Amino acid sequence: MSALYILIIASLFVAIGFLGAFIWSVRRGHFDDDYTPSVRILLDETDTKTGTLQ
Amino acid sequence: MKSGDNNILEKVIHEKHTCYHCGEECREDIVEFDDHEFCCDGCSVVYDLLKENDLCRYYSIDGAQGISPAESYFPGKYDYLDLPEVREKILEFTDGKLARVNWLVPKMHCSSCIWLLEQLNRLNPAIRSSVVNFPEKKVRITYDSQQISLSELAALITQIGYEPYISLNDVEGKQIKKWNRTRLYKIGISGFAFGNIMMLSFPEYFHLSESNSDENLGMLFNILNLVLSLPVFFYCAADFFKSAWSALKGKYLNIDAPIALALLCVFLTSLYQIISQTGPGYFDSLAGAVFFMLIGRYFQDKTYAGISFDRDYKSYFPVAVTVITNGIENRRPITDLKTGEKMLVRNQELIPADSVLISPRALIDYSFVSGESEPVERKKGDTIYAGGKQTGLSVELEVLRQVSQSYLTQLWNSDTFTLEKENQNQTLASRINKYFSLIVFGIAIITFSIWLLILKNPETAFNAFTTCLLVACPCALLLSSTFTNGNLLSLFGRNRFYLKNAHAIERLSKIDTIVFDKTGTITQVSDAEVEFIGETLTNEELVMIKTLASQSSHPLSRMLVREINGVNASRRILTAFTEYEGKGMKAFWGNVEVKLGSAKWVDSPNISGQPDNASHVYVSVNSKIRGYFTLRSKYRPELRKTVSILQNSGFETYLLSGDKPTDRTFLTPVFGNESNLLFEQKPEEKLRFIEHLQSQNQRNVLMIGDGLNDAGALRQSDVGLAVSDDINNFSPACDAIVEGNQLVLLPAFIRLAKAGQQIIKLSFGISLFYNILGLSFAVSGKLSPVIAAILMPVSSITIVLFTTLASNLAARKYLKY
Repeated sequence: MSALYILIIASLFVAIGFLGAFIWSVRRGHFDDDYTPSVRILLDETDTKTGTLQ
Repeated sequence: MKSGDNNILEKVIHEKHTCYHCGEECREDIVEFDDHEFCCDGCSVVYDLLKENDLCRYYSIDGAQGISPAESYFPGKYDYLDLPEVREKILEFTDGKLARVNWLVPKMHCSSCIWLLEQLNRLNPAIRSSVVNFPEKKVRITYDSQQISLSELAALITQIGYEPYISLNDVEGKQIKKWNRTRLYKIGISGFAFGNIMMLSFPEYFHLSESNSDENLGMLFNILNLVLSLPVFFYCAADFFKSAWSALKGKYLNIDAPIALALLCVFLTSLYQIISQTGPGYFDSLAGAVFFMLIGRYFQDKTYAGISFDRDYKSYFPVAVTVITNGIENRRPITDLKTGEKMLVRNQELIPADSVLISPRALIDYSFVSGESEPVERKKGDTIYAGGKQTGLSVELEVLRQVSQSYLTQLWNSDTFTLEKENQNQTLASRINKYFSLIVFGIAIITFSIWLLILKNPETAFNAFTTCLLVACPCALLLSSTFTNGNLLSLFGRNRFYLKNAHAIERLSKIDTIVFDKTGTITQVSDAEVEFIGETLTNEELVMIKTLASQSSHPLSRMLVREINGVNASRRILTAFTEYEGKGMKAFWGNVEVKLGSAKWVDSPNISGQPDNASHVYVSVNSKIRGYFTLRSKYRPELRKTVSILQNSGFETYLLSGDKPTDRTFLTPVFGNESNLLFEQKPEEKLRFIEHLQSQNQRNVLMIGDGLNDAGALRQSDVGLAVSDDINNFSPACDAIVEGNQLVLLPAFIRLAKAGQQIIKLSFGISLFYNILGLSFAVSGKLSPVIAAILMPVSSITIVLFTTLASNLAARKYLKY
């Protein structure tokens, strides 16, 4: 059963790692705007010369 | 199509034309440019600019969605931004070389806007990057301050149609409202703790840690649970304790008080159990409850970032005004404006301070301030109150009073503006909760005394007492109201009815009296009903009139140009155009003399025939009067129906207008009773009227208005609803904003708000059922952690499901989509 001690501690560290990632992303402003990125990704990278006139 | 023998007449085309840039129908002159049609020069200029920079993809993303650049722009408008004291307040960051600014651009509305605003560096390489936050309608621009000044940057984005909104508030004090990130931290941490505690408690649920060898492991799990619950209790749940404490200090009980008490009891019991090694505690339930409640609050309080509900006069005032000193014009922040100074106010600019007119004549549009629908003429020497907009030529004015002491700003000194509408004590949840808490507390005490005094079992007595409070934790109550309200807010939002917060829904459900403002609320400001009375005009004459009218900037002329449909103005043929201010204008169309203007201007005999107080524009061709146009304010088409539905549902309706009693005859049948129509009301009187309804007649009043003149009434009423044809426009401080054409849904909105209250009550019933179930375990002293662990999430989830489903169903029923 002693393996459990290590497993539990390890799993907690993994979980804390994810929590840290979440806090980091909030701090970096990833959750400030939940709409614009969804539009931005659909707009093609700007290629100056191919801007077509319709 | 009439052309034929008349060579002068340009071809008249009857098809509809849409502007290539903004997609609007071309109602005035068509500007042809680069094989595309544009509705105005502004649009074609933007197109040209975009084409020059290879940005025409703008038009292929979302179609013709461009914005006509604001007509009120003039070179030098943003010069004040370069003043060091102003710049310092506007800039978010600067290191002397690079600078960053975060501007509100209310005009952005589609993905093309996002695309273009993020390509600004192609218009000017000094711009390093620009990032759009669409929900907040903000663009954050980083630029090289040595190569482009702040004023040039503002001018650049104004040129392409995206005028930044810079208000007095920005300049007076820095107030960057950061997105509430702490809330997300709290949800994240409590969710993390909840999940892990749940996992570590599993052995306990299945009684796996009973053998000797597992004892140490069980001990470790319990200690880990305790450690994990510490941040939940002390950090994540801190808001509940703070709110409960401040309510207790104010000597009332809010919904957070029993929650705080329950959390405290659970925490202490669990702590005791672990230290005394008598049990595993209820940390899983604690963390779970906090997690669900925080999510509920987050859901409910998620508001519309792009809409502001708390505007005062400062948001409307321009930041700077042109001041003339010794014949030199310069832009100065209006806060620096001193009595006696001369200022220059241009077309469509707001007059920021009470002042005396120096120019011979001004035409002031007070519709926003007083509700008068027509511009007022002022002569040299007249006092002009702040808040009016000049229409027409620029005028010079002498400042009479400083901005902060002007007539308009006085309204904000009224007590009404300092009172908070949100009274925690008044909400349905907290009213029910009051009884609920008392009953639970009663049961807990009775249980405690029965176990202690009759069954002589102090340990179980203590246990049963705390577990009673635990299972009866009113978090289910909190969840039912937060999730119902949160869902309703987003349902309303989908129908373009934006409520400030959940409290507003509840107040809306209690409304019994509805007061309408007239100008801009039930009429459409930019549109007029135009009717021609006289001999029928030929197509050629219509073209003539439209062409003539399009030469003038008088509001009536503009209205006429917009409303004469089916023909397009022609540019070529007018000669000898002359306009006489305040009278009318004339010009030659070939050799035909056309006159347009007042009755006197065309020498009309029947000057007196104006009983309806609408505006008249007379037409004469070759000195022969052909008739006149009547222009009257256009009522929203659904008005009559909406009001009658409201009346049939038992609401009392009033009309409260700052305008002259022009349409009394038309409005009386709509509102039923002439005594319900009040005209020529000053902003202060509107406020008093609402107050009177509330205090004398015990009414719950919904005020619907649009302008600054309604600001007091909107604030005083139980629910202040601002109507706006463009929600990004600036509406006064209010509890809700509705888009003009959605006003017809008002009865449905109120019904839905009422249904929302029913749903909350029903879900209270469900949570009561769970509570009774839980209590029966608790009273008998048998509430094991397993049962608590099952009961808590199951009750939370079913309540969330029920409220969401029920409110969606109600919305489908009332709003029909």
